[in-house]
Amino acid sequence: MNYFPDEVLEHVFDFITSHKDRNSVSLVCKSWYKIERCSRQRVFIGNCYSISPERLIARFPGLKSLTLKGKPHFADFNLVPHDWGGFVYPWIKALAKSRIGLEELRLKRMVVSDESLELLSKSFVNFKSLVLVSCEGFTTDGLAAIAANCRFLRELDLQENEVDDHRGHWLSCFPESCTSLISLNFACLRGEVNLGALERLVSRSPNLKSLRLNRAVPLDTLQKLLMRAPQLVDLGIGSYVHDPFSEVYNKLKIAIQRCKSIRSLSGFLEVAPHCMSAIYPICGNLTFLNLSYAPGLHGNKLMKLIQHCRKLQRLWILDCIGDKGLGVVALTCKELQELRVFPSDPFGAGNAAVTEEGLVLVSAGCPKLNSLLYFCQQMTNAALITVAKNCPNFIRFRLCILDPIKPDPVTNQPLDEGFGAIVQSCKGLKRLSLSGLLTDQVFLYIGMYAEQLEMLSIAFAADSDKGMLYVLNGCKKLRKLEIRDCPFGDAALLEDVGKYETMRSLWMSSCEVTLGGCKSVAEKMPSLNVEIIDECEQMEFNLVDKQKVDKMYLYRTLVGHRKDAPEYVLIL
Amino acid sequence: MEGSVGYDNDLNLKATELRLGLPGTEPVSIVRRNKRSLQQVADDDCGVNGCKSDDQNETAPPPPKAQIVGWPPIRSYRKNNIQTKKNESEGGGIYVKVSMDGAPYLRKIDLKVYSGYPELLQAIENMFKFTIGEYSEREGYKGSDYAPTYEDKDGDWMLVGDVPWGMFITSCKRLRIMKGSEARGLGRGV
Repeated sequence: MNYFPDEVLEHVFDFITSHKDRNSVSLVCKSWYKIERCSRQRVFIGNCYSISPERLIARFPGLKSLTLKGKPHFADFNLVPHDWGGFVYPWIKALAKSRIGLEELRLKRMVVSDESLELLSKSFVNFKSLVLVSCEGFTTDGLAAIAANCRFLRELDLQENEVDDHRGHWLSCFPESCTSLISLNFACLRGEVNLGALERLVSRSPNLKSLRLNRAVPLDTLQKLLMRAPQLVDLGIGSYVHDPFSEVYNKLKIAIQRCKSIRSLSGFLEVAPHCMSAIYPICGNLTFLNLSYAPGLHGNKLMKLIQHCRKLQRLWILDCIGDKGLGVVALTCKELQELRVFPSDPFGAGNAAVTEEGLVLVSAGCPKLNSLLYFCQQMTNAALITVAKNCPNFIRFRLCILDPIKPDPVTNQPLDEGFGAIVQSCKGLKRLSLSGLLTDQVFLYIGMYAEQLEMLSIAFAADSDKGMLYVLNGCKKLRKLEIRDCPFGDAALLEDVGKYETMRSLWMSSCEVTLGGCKSVAEKMPSLNVEIIDECEQMEFNLVDKQKVDKMYLYRTLVGHRKDAPEYVLIL
Repeated sequence: MEGSVGYDNDLNLKATELRLGLPGTEPVSIVRRNKRSLQQVADDDCGVNGCKSDDQNETAPPPPKAQIVGWPPIRSYRKNNIQTKKNESEGGGIYVKVSMDGAPYLRKIDLKVYSGYPELLQAIENMFKFTIGEYSEREGYKGSDYAPTYEDKDGDWMLVGDVPWGMFITSCKRLRIMKGSEARGLGRGV
């Protein structure tokens, strides 16, 4: 291929879009590496501490779109202290100083300050798209800066962030000249928004395809917005409470009927169940329905709604749908690929309404099911075996039994055989989360059969180090392993430290690993950062090797120890 | 590691950390042997697996020692949202009967759906197809043969609109649209 001019190769590489493939291309030879790096526009960095912004900029001068992930996944569940790290500011600062023409920034689990947002908004003329998922540290003032300064903004997508809402005027900061919006999602904001400004913004955004409102947007505003944006493809409803006999509600019905392109519906952050019939006309075209923030919608009203959604591919719902409701899903949604059932009452005493029965029904009725997140009261081996038989195509299988060590309630056995059936049957399984009573046996199965497994989450499981060893030895494609409250110790940790260089990260909390064991890993593998998170600062007083470590997070990196770790993080 | 949850070389973290199980039990299989599950604690309390009694539903989350940090694994954002909604007791509408003098049957409305008097009165006007007239503190509802009234907690019939909205919806037991002379008497002050 060396006799092709560079432009030809570059053109060929244009067709190669997946990160994995482009990474592979860059490894072929020096000239391919050079051509690839100069033409690369999109870069994905799964762990912001694995590389530095300077090196990123040096390698990819043509960078336009950057995706960064910060905190480890278990940070979502309060297992990582707030100021552990994951600050985006240094990245934005470095990019701003360079000649990179950044157009798109997607962040997950990072700390984003208003200062960062302001710098971002002022540094990149062509900035088009900001997506923040599960981030924190900013207020609506930062959003105001983005709105005011990004003249060609197309996308502002805020998903499940903790935002300090100053109830300001951020929406009013979009200038009259801003007409380029394609996607606006502010559902996670808790404060009031200027409704007039919102209406005007939507009116002057003819390309708007995705609009997700927050709770403060009432029904009558919704109706006006829909009248102005019948071209919407994705709609997130804020407040859906009104008198079904009112004029406004009638107008809403008409407005909704005009929106023939809506394929994705979410929100209902506040809902009056007796008003749902207005939605029926668009249900038949929906491919994605997210009702996981609408606990007010349940029982017959919910089932009736679902019965209209025959083309659904993805459904996110609360467990108040019940096994019976899942039966309705199984009968109606034959195209279903992804199902997520969230708990409506996580600490409630047995009020959660789904069990293994609901899952079995869905698996039988929806043969295309390939992605599952299921919070339930209980699970049986028999059910899992049936599900494995019905749905061999699972790519993601995440099961969470609310009581984390509950055995099969029928046989009182651990759930080893059930999960074993899943990994054996689902040859393409990439992500697995376990729960329930589990012994080392399930890990033997995982090591044996889960050949494509990339991410594994384990909690309150196993009997000994053997469990972890089965996984480390068997799962060749493992990238992320996160473990909490399991009896895995130094023997398992130290068996094959080279393995961790082939993975993005390993998290172990409340296990049996000791400080000495962690030190050993750090010594043997300089390409890893081994972090000990010690909130009670015990380590300061008692640096004894055989002390158990409460939280350890290790990850491969090309840039050594990070400099921004707080006091209670010890990097070995 | 055998032995009690000691303080000698063991991290004090373990003694203070929220875990399943009774204090004093050994930490090897941290949550596995001799531990009562969250579910079992709840079951024992009400004697039935998956207990459905209203008491259990209404009470606050189980005592702290039974809750595990970071379990169930749902995002803080989502968890906070559930809390907020619970605090607002969503889904529990305040339904009251509405009667109108001369109408053949009564209606029922959910007071929670409305944000104030104007909305409520508008809704009632639509429901029964009539006009209520303008409210003034001095003269009640002028310009119409009707006056909206409600029965309060003490059993007295009151004119709608005198007290703050929040107070109204908690004290209103039923609504009645009075007509004719009775209304005029009520509407025009004592």
